[in-house]
Amino acid sequence: MKALILVGGYGTRLRPLTLSVPKPLVEFCNKPILLHQVEALVKAGVNHVVLAVSYMSELLEREMRVQEQRLGILISLSHEKEPLGTAGPLALARDLLNVDNEPFFVLNSDVICDFPFKDLLQFHQNHGKEGTIVVTRVEEPSKYGVVVYESDSGRIQRFVEKPQVFVSNKINAGMYIFNPSVLSRIQLRPTSIEKEIFPIMAEEGQLYTMELQGFWMDIGQPKDFLTGMCMYLQSLRLHAPERLHTGPGFLGNVLVDPSAQIGENCSIGPNVTIGAGVVIEDGVRIKRCTVLKGSRVRSHSWLESCIVGWSSSVGQWVRMENVTVLGEDVIVNDELYLNGANVLPHKSINESVPEPRIIM
Amino acid sequence: MLKAVILIGGPQKGTRFRPLSFEVPKPLFPVAGVPMLQHHIEACVKVPNMKEILIIGFYQPNEELNRFLFNSQQEFKIPIRYLQEYAALGTGGGIYHFRDQILSGNPEAFFVMNADVCSAFPLAEMLIFQKEHGEPNSFVILGTTANRKQSLNYGCLVENENTNEVLHYVEKPSTFVSDIINCGIYLFNPEIFQHIGTVFQKNQQDMLLYPYDGEEPTNGWHRAEVIRLEQDIFTALAGQGKLYVYKTLSFWSQIKSAGSAIYASRLYLNQYHTTHPERLASNKQGGPNISGNVYIHPTASIDPTATLGPNVSIGTGVTIGAGVRVRESIILHGANLQDHCCVLNSIVGWESTIGKWARVEGTPSDPNPNDPFAKIDSETLFRDGKLTPSITILGCNVTIPSEVIVLNSIVLPHKDLNRSFKNQIIL
Repeated sequence: MKALILVGGYGTRLRPLTLSVPKPLVEFCNKPILLHQVEALVKAGVNHVVLAVSYMSELLEREMRVQEQRLGILISLSHEKEPLGTAGPLALARDLLNVDNEPFFVLNSDVICDFPFKDLLQFHQNHGKEGTIVVTRVEEPSKYGVVVYESDSGRIQRFVEKPQVFVSNKINAGMYIFNPSVLSRIQLRPTSIEKEIFPIMAEEGQLYTMELQGFWMDIGQPKDFLTGMCMYLQSLRLHAPERLHTGPGFLGNVLVDPSAQIGENCSIGPNVTIGAGVVIEDGVRIKRCTVLKGSRVRSHSWLESCIVGWSSSVGQWVRMENVTVLGEDVIVNDELYLNGANVLPHKSINESVPEPRIIM
Repeated sequence: MLKAVILIGGPQKGTRFRPLSFEVPKPLFPVAGVPMLQHHIEACVKVPNMKEILIIGFYQPNEELNRFLFNSQQEFKIPIRYLQEYAALGTGGGIYHFRDQILSGNPEAFFVMNADVCSAFPLAEMLIFQKEHGEPNSFVILGTTANRKQSLNYGCLVENENTNEVLHYVEKPSTFVSDIINCGIYLFNPEIFQHIGTVFQKNQQDMLLYPYDGEEPTNGWHRAEVIRLEQDIFTALAGQGKLYVYKTLSFWSQIKSAGSAIYASRLYLNQYHTTHPERLASNKQGGPNISGNVYIHPTASIDPTATLGPNVSIGTGVTIGAGVRVRESIILHGANLQDHCCVLNSIVGWESTIGKWARVEGTPSDPNPNDPFAKIDSETLFRDGKLTPSITILGCNVTIPSEVIVLNSIVLPHKDLNRSFKNQIIL
């Protein structure tokens, strides 16, 4: 089986992290975002993953060669010279996807959930039509495009963009499975699959939905990245509690790489991910944060709702909060206060940032 | 013999020092670990032949003041008396009212100083200057140099550069007059009372000519006895060959606002290296990490993993937990700073508690460090309708919960906060 992942461009929404590392390789809960998806696809029987990318990164290519070996699958990069939207990349990869008569998966690269690919394949084969999209329930449907469908069969009736009157609380979760016949509907030009392809398929009765169980999050920007982390760690608590770190000084769901060092009298958690080789010195308080590989947090600091970029150093008695994101190799000097700071890579900070802003 | 008079004002004064002046009269607020007034007294007792210190103000006698006077007399072996004015009489009216007390024992000269200044108090130098400049029975004002802009906030004086005679005196002018400002420290001799008496007589006559009709809201300033040294005496004496300025290069600052108390503490702590090295904490085995000038009261309990300084004063019975950081701050007696909390540019009130990992931070209002003549700005609380970022002040018995931040805020006494606050006055 095959799958196409819409990786897209520079991942500007996840800057400053994506200034150093292509978005698919940014670690989410100590694993590159892309591998969460690829590993789930492999479990569902996928043996060829096509990455639709709009810029080429040597780092990404090299890493994919490594993963091909590790997972025993084929990973292709399909490079669009101009942005092709959400449908165009399928046309570009037509020759890779249309080799047999098997259905294939398509997914947005920013989505994190308990990936339901096996169930999706099963459901798709049961109804026998051209496509199935996964939907998820949201609290405020007025902010999204919602999907209206027959509840017993799952057959989609229509899509409504930002409904002002309640019609449905289910939205497109960015995961699909299609029969190869879908490819004949798509031209090689910039096309939106949601706006130009799905409505026609729905009208023809060819598009079904399957509702996602459990959590779902688009982690394309830092604020949602942290929210998604909380959801993912709670899911680990339910399904693989042995992977979470427990003991004195740890509160709630905390994921710690075995190579990380944690000092004495710390209070870590709830909802913290600590990456490989990270050093947390004594008396540090961290909650709702991701600390990426190779970073150091010095003693008595206090961090909430932050992402600490690779190989960064946070000084003593620093307070960081409100979705402060440090890029790679940032130094935050002792005793500073960072409130919602977005710090570009290789920067040394000597002054507090009391109100949210970007530090070039 | 010599005497000294310290003018401490009264409870209506020093409102810029709130909420700290609610709990203790401002002159007793600790600066560099000891009451503001004690720095004056220590300077006075160093002057040879100093026989008595008189403290004049209009505070009701109170326990704090009595205890301070009692302890100081014991410690410095000199009579110290508090003379209470029946009303606010101004800087000249107060000493005039108590002229018999001041003159008893026939001092040949006496110092008068405002309580709310921080200074190296070069009193001996003023005496020498008075003797050497050649005019017997003249008066000396201690002066210092300010920058042009800030001079407008002070009494400004113009001198004869050869003789140091004061040729012109004006209080808080609206345009630039001189960059030499009045430090609020004077050397007088008994003749000063003749000059104050002249103003008193004139006021008395004016009141007979234009009797107070009870309609204008004059806040008690209708009394003949209310006399200001600056406007009423110095302005008239300038150019009469009577008034001289001794200009000092040593440190000096006003202590008007709470923010200036932190700055004044820094100046005094630095002076301790020569005057009181025993008051400065040092790094010792098993003691906290000390950086720069720090005063720690012997009754304070400090965890050895805490880091203090520079410019930190820790009061009696204060408890400081593991991994606590304090910099540029005054911690008043009985306060409790719990593990890992961080206190920067703040005054922590008596018996207040700061929770674990909390951050209490203010914005320093130090004079421009690149201008040798800059003074601390007499900051206004609000500018353009917004609270000016200033040091953070916790009133007495305030509780700050764990992990919150209190930034650039003033917390009034007996308040339990339940969340973070920034740029606010919390009633």
